[in-house]
Amino acid sequence: MDTTTKTPESGAQQDTVTQGKWGMVIDQDLCTGCQACVAACAMENNISFVGEEDVNYGRSMHWIRIERFWQGSYPDVKMTPYQPVTCQQCHKAPCEPVCPVFASLHSEAEDLNLQVYNRCIGTRYCANNCPYQVRAFNWRDWVRPDPLSNQLNPDVTVRRRGVMEKCTFCIQRIRKVEDTAESENRDIRDGEVVPACAQACPANAIVFGRIDDPTTAVSKLTNSSRGSKLLEDLGTLPRITYLKGA
Amino acid sequence: MTASSKALPRISVQQEEHEDPREHLMLDPKPRGEMNAMVMESMHTTSWKFWVVTAILSIIVAVCLFGAWGYLIAEGMGVAGINRPDYWGIFIVDTVFWIGISHAGTFVSALLRVFKAEFRRPFTRAAELMTTFGLVQAGLSIFMHLGRVWLAYWMMPYPNERGLWPDLHSPLMWDFLAINTYLLCSTMYLFLPLIPDLAMARDRSTGWRKIFYRTLSLGFRGTEGEWTHLKNAMNIFAWAILPVMFSVHTIVSWDFAMATRPGWSSTIFGPYFVIGALHSGLAAVVMVLFVIRSTMKHMKYFIRPEHFDALGKLMLVISMCWAYFFFNDYIVQWYGGDQWTKILLAFHEQAPQSYIYFTMLICNIVVPWLTLWNRKVRRTPWLMFIIGLLINVGMWLERYVIIPMTLTINRMPFTWRVYHPGIEIPLGIGTLAFFILLYMLASRVIPLVPVWEVQEGQMAHTLRKVGKARVKTVSEID
Repeated sequence: MDTTTKTPESGAQQDTVTQGKWGMVIDQDLCTGCQACVAACAMENNISFVGEEDVNYGRSMHWIRIERFWQGSYPDVKMTPYQPVTCQQCHKAPCEPVCPVFASLHSEAEDLNLQVYNRCIGTRYCANNCPYQVRAFNWRDWVRPDPLSNQLNPDVTVRRRGVMEKCTFCIQRIRKVEDTAESENRDIRDGEVVPACAQACPANAIVFGRIDDPTTAVSKLTNSSRGSKLLEDLGTLPRITYLKGA
Repeated sequence: MTASSKALPRISVQQEEHEDPREHLMLDPKPRGEMNAMVMESMHTTSWKFWVVTAILSIIVAVCLFGAWGYLIAEGMGVAGINRPDYWGIFIVDTVFWIGISHAGTFVSALLRVFKAEFRRPFTRAAELMTTFGLVQAGLSIFMHLGRVWLAYWMMPYPNERGLWPDLHSPLMWDFLAINTYLLCSTMYLFLPLIPDLAMARDRSTGWRKIFYRTLSLGFRGTEGEWTHLKNAMNIFAWAILPVMFSVHTIVSWDFAMATRPGWSSTIFGPYFVIGALHSGLAAVVMVLFVIRSTMKHMKYFIRPEHFDALGKLMLVISMCWAYFFFNDYIVQWYGGDQWTKILLAFHEQAPQSYIYFTMLICNIVVPWLTLWNRKVRRTPWLMFIIGLLINVGMWLERYVIIPMTLTINRMPFTWRVYHPGIEIPLGIGTLAFFILLYMLASRVIPLVPVWEVQEGQMAHTLRKVGKARVKTVSEID
């Protein structure tokens, strides 16, 4: 974990790729903006059905969203690549220290940001302090329409009104694979853990895996020259790498 | 102008300087018994209008505060106007606003007491009551804001079998501790100077009031020893509460300044918020004094134009300080040239919500600067009330600009959204009504004028003749 380097100018610490455990690569050039990841994530993680009105008012509960932008003004409008944004699982997450009750805290074992729904009292400070705005607050107890109410994932908690939630990197899948690997007395294979969004992506734009192992597909892509991180200058050390351009 | 000044117009200016000394409360003494009776009478004289207003306020509190809050708890935060990215809305605006109001009490009372500003004497109590009741509203507002308020006790560091503990890294925890400390200190500080007046009231009442005052006055009889102890305690508290007061609002500002957001991450927020608190607080003191003076019996004797005058000067100075801090905060952010801050400042100053920003500047700077330099304005209580009201509107809007308007802009443009308040508005009105209601009810049982302090001041002040001039003298009592 201490493979940090110091930049000579500021003395500020910068991370290297080997830091962290789980990481993701999102190839924006492959992304078609089809929103399959959004739907898959909602199914996997029991995300509430918010409804048109609340979504229009900025209360969507999705843990991953496809951001669309365009450049220039009419008639010279150019679309920029779609940008799927989810929790960046920062190593130095601004959301964590601000929670007064430790509901938002860091997993030392998995190097992920956890959100303890049972502990959350709903101050929403974590969401304010999240530079990526990827946290979703349960504004109400929304009704799950039939027949979708019959497909809740038993591995994931259903959240009630007044608590904060966010992408977990499908930690329930990570744990399942870890448990299987442990019982079979072997290491986790590359590509064995697949979060719902990566599984659903028809263009294979999302790759997930261990970034502390240089042989994995995700590590190789992370080191690609096309890679960049979101708002890297904030020093949050995000675990998601975006690939874009030549 | 009197007839003599018409006869001698040339010396009219001088005459204004040598005004009637009896205009000053301190130089217009009344016998102790009479003054005690006046204060008692002001508490006991309750007209039907009082009860009508009380009833209306009670209904507003029941419906707008407790009714709407119950609905909010039952339905979830969706009935409020907050959204992504405006996770904090008017609830936090109200919290900061009420904590600001509560600051004036301590400022007027403790700071002016330790600096021995004589004009403070008749209205320290009225200001201290504002501190306590303002903090009650701040507490209510922050509880309304919680998504799961029924679990708010998890912020308390209490022993539990799971070994869970609040996180002292969080500015909200600092805030929680600071506000609690301030509430405890200010309540004690309200109580200490109240003891002699409670004892005075005890000796002049019957029935349940007698029991009430006897219990609260702790058997105070006014012996030399008791006074010495009381004065020592008040002195210690007056000094001790000042750092608490400054730290509370600094810590409130840290809730914002510690966050990594454009517009919030500012090192000047601490003093800027303290000055802002004093700005709205002093304005609120003036408003309360005007209402007390015009509604309660005998209060025109105790609260005079000279007090509005003195407070008006303070308000002008504080307004200048506020403008200084505002400008300092603004220029650094603007010159810094950070792209997000640039967008944010443009959003503040341009449509559709620029009217909020400019109303704030007009109310906080233009109004006081254009009016308060004028002695006549400062000495006209109803004008001071209006100026105080405008300053409070301006300061409320300042918090509105800092919280929901600033939250609208963040580093992820895809999430930008404008905030439209929902149930926060009735809840805010509810806290205001609750504040007024508590104050009105307290005015029936708590002597709003610290009688002993006025009497002490009147004993210390004398007029001496030096040659032809009459000179005001103050003897040191402590």
